[in-house]
Amino acid sequence: MILGVDLSYWQVSVLRSLGILVAVLLPAGTFVYVFLFKMVSFMQSRLGPMEAGPFGSMQLLAEVGKFLQKEDIVPERADRRLFKLAPYFVVGTVLLVYLAVPFGPDMYFANLKGGVFYILAVSSISSLGVLMAGWSSANKYALIGGLRAAGQLIAYELPLVLAVVGVIIQAGTMNLSEIVSAQAGGSIFGFDGIGNPYLLTQFIAFGIFMIAVQAELGQTPFDMPIAESELVTGYITEYSGLRFLLFFIGEFASAGAFAAVAATLFLGGWAVPAAWADLNSNWFNLFGPLIMLVKMMILGGLIFFVRFTFPRFREDQLQKLAWTVLIPISLVNILATTILKVAF
Amino acid sequence: MTPLSSPEIAETAGTAVEETPAEVDELRQAVVAELTAELGEQLVGSHIRNGDDIWVRVTREAWRETGIVLRDRGGFKAFEFLSVIDWLPSPFGKNEDSPTDAPPEISSEIKTGYAGGDTRFQVFARVHSLPRKLGITIKVDVPEEDLAVDSWLPVYAGVNWHEREAHEMFGVSFNGHPHLVKLYLPGDFEGFPLRKTFPLLARHVKPWPGIVDVEPMPADPAAEGDEPATDEPATDGAATEASPDAEATE
Amino acid sequence: MTAITDRQKLAYANAQAADGRVNIEFETDQGMTLNMGPQHPATHGTLRVIVKLDGEQVIDCEPVMGYMHRGYEKLTEVRTYPQVTTLVNRIDWLGSFANEVPFILAAEKLMDVQAPPRAQWIRTILFELSRLGNVSLFVGDMALHIGAISAAFYALRDREFVLNQIEAATGGRFHPNFDRIGGLKDDLPKGWIADTKACMNKIRDFCDEMETLVEGNEIFQARTRGIGVIPADIALQFGLSGANLRASGIDWDLRRDQPVGLAWNEVDWNVITHPDGDSFARFWVRLQEIRESTSIIDQLLDGLPSGPIMAKVPRIIKVPEGEAWVATENPLGEMGYYVVSKGDLGPFRTKIRTASFNNLSILPWVCRGVLVPDVVTILASLYFILGDIDR
Repeated sequence: MILGVDLSYWQVSVLRSLGILVAVLLPAGTFVYVFLFKMVSFMQSRLGPMEAGPFGSMQLLAEVGKFLQKEDIVPERADRRLFKLAPYFVVGTVLLVYLAVPFGPDMYFANLKGGVFYILAVSSISSLGVLMAGWSSANKYALIGGLRAAGQLIAYELPLVLAVVGVIIQAGTMNLSEIVSAQAGGSIFGFDGIGNPYLLTQFIAFGIFMIAVQAELGQTPFDMPIAESELVTGYITEYSGLRFLLFFIGEFASAGAFAAVAATLFLGGWAVPAAWADLNSNWFNLFGPLIMLVKMMILGGLIFFVRFTFPRFREDQLQKLAWTVLIPISLVNILATTILKVAF
Repeated sequence: MTPLSSPEIAETAGTAVEETPAEVDELRQAVVAELTAELGEQLVGSHIRNGDDIWVRVTREAWRETGIVLRDRGGFKAFEFLSVIDWLPSPFGKNEDSPTDAPPEISSEIKTGYAGGDTRFQVFARVHSLPRKLGITIKVDVPEEDLAVDSWLPVYAGVNWHEREAHEMFGVSFNGHPHLVKLYLPGDFEGFPLRKTFPLLARHVKPWPGIVDVEPMPADPAAEGDEPATDEPATDGAATEASPDAEATE
Repeated sequence: MTAITDRQKLAYANAQAADGRVNIEFETDQGMTLNMGPQHPATHGTLRVIVKLDGEQVIDCEPVMGYMHRGYEKLTEVRTYPQVTTLVNRIDWLGSFANEVPFILAAEKLMDVQAPPRAQWIRTILFELSRLGNVSLFVGDMALHIGAISAAFYALRDREFVLNQIEAATGGRFHPNFDRIGGLKDDLPKGWIADTKACMNKIRDFCDEMETLVEGNEIFQARTRGIGVIPADIALQFGLSGANLRASGIDWDLRRDQPVGLAWNEVDWNVITHPDGDSFARFWVRLQEIRESTSIIDQLLDGLPSGPIMAKVPRIIKVPEGEAWVATENPLGEMGYYVVSKGDLGPFRTKIRTASFNNLSILPWVCRGVLVPDVVTILASLYFILGDIDR
């Protein structure tokens, strides 16, 4: 039952397949245009693309067209199969992440019981693609970039998981849909007017989660795997044409995916923070995705604002930050959450 | 803006300035005296331009020692540069002679500069002293049959690249330099480009178009020396000298 | 990997390394050799740094130059004195006017000519403007190398105001070629003084902006403090100059300590030093020097004397026999010309002592044991311009 229309299983499957493509590409495209082209241009006192379409809005299509025309070069000494396969891993990861994110009471691709666990697990696959790309390129910059990405993954997966544990404890479930309803129907010390978006009670976890996401995505200040000024472009140095485009889409789509996960975990997901809203209303199947998109845009804006403001860490500083600052804080946060959960 | 409209300044400054004071430059004399005391016979020539600069020439054997003396006892701790002069007048002239006229006479007489010199090639270096606020140029003769001199690397670490450059450009080798390979030029480059005998081939292929600029005026150049170079010397400030178009200032 | 014998591999690697363009993996006993450059974003053009790595730690590094060597020392020997300024404009292309000045001063010294005061003051103003044009770009560029992209755009934006002023006065944005033996080509245009003062205010705002955006940033400090420390005596031995020397705590500025006739001694300003000698100190010193420069320019504009801008020099310039050395405190450091004249129309020999050449020669010394990202930080903080190295 979606929007009151009875659909057979295959129809639902087709819709979901299309839906996941839209879910991946739409936020990615929006992020690129709104943040990479326009917000950053505004921050850097320039205009950004202005020629293609009104205010350069068609520039994205022009860019895609450009990349599709480019020759797909494989370096002579590269490991051809791995080299060609790597970008698909990166994009594929994003599809898998979106699989568990709900966009409405019935608007989900798969209602997994351990949704949070699943998302954290599959999100690491992209690092495998990055490592493959770095190793197979037969380029030292790419290799260093790939190795840095792997080191970064190990360092930041842990704070990411530990930050989410606080949310899981508070919600009492790992199912994302249930986390959303727990937030919408929750109360903060008895006040339930706006539900309980976990941003308010788990703000420490939110901060750690967003920092870890920044690192997981390889955005400045944690963009050492790319590090234009040091490693040319790290693991994507040797890529061109379609495969470069896939990495590019992967970068922004995974920014969208993590923004969606963060919105679900901390900002109440597709629901609105209002006690009067009927969460089972069919309207939320229509407006849920839009509400999600708005929340994702807010979080994406945060990610890209940080990216274009801060300088870059060095890897050892990054590791130090992860192990000596973020992990202890998140452990304390879990402890505090547990105590409060038991106390109230 | 408060223009200092004193016509005297404008008048006197327009002409050549007066000579540097004729009295002895004690500051620089002291440096030369110190060096003479340390090096004795090895210091073969010196020249002082009062209030400006010092040149000394030492023997080849004392080259490194001069550096050590300057650094440790003279206080000349800061290194500036090291290079070579080829005193042979270029056999190709200035490469700007008119192709129609008869080629000018080119002498091959070697005439060295300040502090004298006996050889075609001279290595020269410059160091300065921060507390004394003085610089000194040290020259050393390098005979053509044995183009080598002790490396200054143990004295001033920064001389490394300068010696490599001098080596590739002039073919002078520096004894004791551990890595005397080409710095700028490709590894298989032949010849020593900054020697006067090395032709600047671009000039041989095509006559220099700038030749027009340096043609003598119809009148005798010496007689023209009194004329002002600009037709209308600026008199009072930017306001009157201004160019009429305001766009230029945008 | 395809089967390839070690011999072939090494031959291929050597060919590639000699070619200097491709970064091909060839393992040595001492770990990995990484070719940074000649086309690498951190090398400002065509510098190549061969870095021997153990993991990401640098064992040894060697800069390779010459991809842009233009042989200016040889070219000066076949040009007349006025023509040389066109060449030397291209040495440090971000602060071109400052390159002309020491050469012209050396020629003037040999000819015993001195430019009238107004010309000297305008020279000083333009000299400082080209310093602003150069160093303001450094500030953004350093931030860019550390990873902060936006600061570079602010630097480009505000540098434009300086370039506009240089263009308004000289007609050339990048290569003014404005200095003449005995004075200047032209006087200042109308309204230039007020415009320049407005521009100086913008540059001061730019300094404030950079202090909050870049210098105060914790990550920037973590990346630059204690990185690439150069002690004072080492700095002197290597012949470092300019802000690199002052960042090692040495109070030495040719503008103050070696008066060459320009107007710096007529105004009130400070020599900025920093005791640390690390990358942060070099950044800080340069940023503060921008402020000092704006104050110098403001004071010079206020006290600009009137009078002619050209001394009396012959129409055809023949420089008497002699040798002269003139160095000035250029944006990159001490730049000097050792001019040997034989009484001809052009110099007999010109030794061009550029700041970046000496400044960069310390790189192997300072890079030992640091990490790859720090090589970039150090390269950026030493601040070189390839034209200034290769000449």
